[in-house]
Amino acid sequence: MSDLNAFREEARAWVRENAPEALRGTSGSGPFEGYWGGAKCEQTDPDLLRWRDLGIEKGWTAPSWPKQYGGAGLSHAHEEIIHAEMKAIGVPRPVAGQGLAMFGPVLLEYGNDAQRAAHLPGIARGEVRWCQGYSEPNAGSDLASLQLKAERDGDEFVLNGQKVWTSHANLSDWIYCLTRTDPNAPKKQMGISVILADLNTPGITVKRIDLISGYSPFCETFFDDVRVPVGNLVGKENEGWTIAKAILGHERSSIGRSIARQPGSAQREVVGRARKHLGVAEGVIPDPLLRDEIAALGMLEEAFHLTLARIQQSAASGTPGSEASITKIVGTDLKQMRFELGMKVAGADGLGWEGPGFDEDDLQYTRDWLRSRASTIEGGSSEIQKNIVSKRVLGLPEGKK
Amino acid sequence: MSGQTAPSLLLNDEQQMLSKTAHQFIRDRAPVARIRTLRDSKDETGFSRELWSEMAELGWLGLQIPEPYDGMGLGFFDLCVVLEQSGRELMPEPFVSTLLLGTQALLLGGTDAQKKALLPGIASGETIVTLGYEEAGSHGDVSKVATTARKSATGFELSGEKLQVLDGHLAERIIVSATTSGSGYTLFLIDPAHSGVTITRQFRIDGLNAAIVQLDAVPVGRDDIIGEIGGGAVLLEAVFDRAAVGLSAQMLGAAEQAFADTINYIKEREQFGVPIGSFQALQHRAVSVYTELVLTRSVVLAAARAIDDAPDDVPRLASLAKAIASETFKHAAKEAIQMHGGIGVTDEHDIGFYIKRAQATYMTFGKPSHHRQRWAELHGY
Ligand SMILES: Cc1cc2nc3c(=O)[nH]c(=O)nc-3n(C[C@H](O)[C@H](O)[C@H](O)COP(=O)(O)OP(=O)(O)OC[C@H]3O[C@@H](n4cnc5c(N)ncnc54)[C@H](O)[C@@H]3O)c2cc1C
Repeated sequence: MSDLNAFREEARAWVRENAPEALRGTSGSGPFEGYWGGAKCEQTDPDLLRWRDLGIEKGWTAPSWPKQYGGAGLSHAHEEIIHAEMKAIGVPRPVAGQGLAMFGPVLLEYGNDAQRAAHLPGIARGEVRWCQGYSEPNAGSDLASLQLKAERDGDEFVLNGQKVWTSHANLSDWIYCLTRTDPNAPKKQMGISVILADLNTPGITVKRIDLISGYSPFCETFFDDVRVPVGNLVGKENEGWTIAKAILGHERSSIGRSIARQPGSAQREVVGRARKHLGVAEGVIPDPLLRDEIAALGMLEEAFHLTLARIQQSAASGTPGSEASITKIVGTDLKQMRFELGMKVAGADGLGWEGPGFDEDDLQYTRDWLRSRASTIEGGSSEIQKNIVSKRVLGLPEGKK
Repeated sequence: MSGQTAPSLLLNDEQQMLSKTAHQFIRDRAPVARIRTLRDSKDETGFSRELWSEMAELGWLGLQIPEPYDGMGLGFFDLCVVLEQSGRELMPEPFVSTLLLGTQALLLGGTDAQKKALLPGIASGETIVTLGYEEAGSHGDVSKVATTARKSATGFELSGEKLQVLDGHLAERIIVSATTSGSGYTLFLIDPAHSGVTITRQFRIDGLNAAIVQLDAVPVGRDDIIGEIGGGAVLLEAVFDRAAVGLSAQMLGAAEQAFADTINYIKEREQFGVPIGSFQALQHRAVSVYTELVLTRSVVLAAARAIDDAPDDVPRLASLAKAIASETFKHAAKEAIQMHGGIGVTDEHDIGFYIKRAQATYMTFGKPSHHRQRWAELHGY
């Protein structure tokens, strides 16, 4: 414990000394905020790039990864401290994205040495961007019914089928896919394999999807006789479901945390919008019912942050609580509550889609509100999360199938 | 979290041990069914003096009382560890009256002489001290004080009526608020044995004991003022903040227990040939209660910690804890009854006691809407 306290001082000093001024207070330091990198990345902000380089040099883009793969060889508790110190001054992590938060940790656990050496350093340095090929048109919540076919042909797998919701596939370099390698397996969870593919491989086509909020980074990814080397299989053939679930675990907690932002920011945002649209009378927002609703939001926000802190503290002390499974449910509820209230206080000013008569901030806010409706669906819907908590945490029996 | 780094929300080894011991002791010795027995036998005390003494011997009543007054000199956080466990079985012993209202008023506003006179007896379990603030028509607004303190040759004379004074039926001392001319109101310590004091026992839904305290020109000396003359409002707010946090710890324990009993029940009870806990309609609602419990634990721990370590944060965190714990306990208690089905609304089953206590605690020391309004004010909107 005292070792960790000493490390906290060290991490605080380093972050405060090195984080570019311009980035401070701009971020909730979640795993999906900031520099995502990759070969197609067009980021030119010099502060983000400098911060990335400093992070890489220190191994603090992936603090808990071994040094040989671009990490710093620290424990998870140390990593939590580093992220907490970044969050404390509101700077993004030096490199963000799915590779670091979701795929990398799982490759570290389940990949072979050659795969780790081939892929992890590129992720840690923000040079290679990864996307997730999980969902299919007929495999959403029931992910295990997926059908993207992968057939063995000599030293290669041949992939045929379609993925959907592949976030940032258009900007990514590689994709980790769940494929069906044994269509005759007795259970649908068997016969699934994790296969990696370079998105430049012939036969892969990526098409972007628009959401109710307009432009989105989500894509459909089509596979038409796509050939990848057998060395791209992670873990054992037909035993990919365990790995898939491990990645989903990382995704869930990452989504919960990335929603967290800065403590108090949701309340500040809604209060700011209420003042802007409703004015202020005698120092307060002139609507007691709205004030009550905003206070309820502010309280839930504080309770959520205190809970994240408590989970972090108990993880650092070696006794992880089952509470981690609720961060996605509560975090996404909080996010939607914030946007619903932010829209409510704007009234008709929040109804603009584009063009004259609406201000830029309001137009953007409305798009963000629409986008927030997806938060309880993506990464496993809230209903699916509740099924999981019900079974794993509360130990309730499964229903009749 | 107004500060950048969160307060420590974990129990240390001693506190974990304390929690475990208290849990065991209370489950074995103070099961919730006592509430029914005490009610039906019209027990004169309404709780167990023996249990109270035993807990005093274990050091629990004096946990937070400073050593010079025969306490253990630990923190409010430690007290909350025991309070949480006492909430599990809805113990009717005088935790709220004596440890939360009486003790906190003395610690925050009492003179050394007053503390010397009363705190050692509280720590040893012999002395019950309570505080009366509710009046007809105050409707939770403690600043509406109709009880008056008229100046007399030797001090003051108090007249008025306080309602639902917890454990007022056998308290050795009762602290009351009374208006002092031109200066708001003041807290006074009265001895119920004095002439002019009439005590009438009241019976509430929740198994806690209460009384009407009528004051008819009751003489009190200057030594019996707690805090400053006219300082009642400020002092009472600080006392209520602590009491609200302590009560929230009890509510957390109570909600946890109602939830645990319900989960056990729906695992066992079968309908349609399967345990009812396999129905998703119940599962998802159970998870909602569970997530609220997790959040509630965080806010209660943070508020309790602030009382010991960060006094400036106490008003916001006390309001946060009380608002959230009130809603959670109520929700857990309602779902507990619904998921028990018909047996849940019978007097024979214990689960119904939880909704009664939930309602009472919801209304005590400010209901959630009051605390949300205060929260908004504290955050400047
Ligand atoms: C914006 C966005 C981004 C995404 N990003 C990715 C990505 O990067 N990679 C990827 O692979 N996928 C991604 N997804 C896909 C996402 O994981 C799925 O949308 C999600 O799992 C739900 O599947 P579905 O859309 O097919 O809905 P369905 O599974 O058809 O669900 C419809 C409704 O039924 C409910 N439901 C389904 N089954 C149950 C059950 N057993 N019990 C109770 N209720 C149930 C659901 O909760 C939902 O409310 C993304 C989705 C969105 C919207």
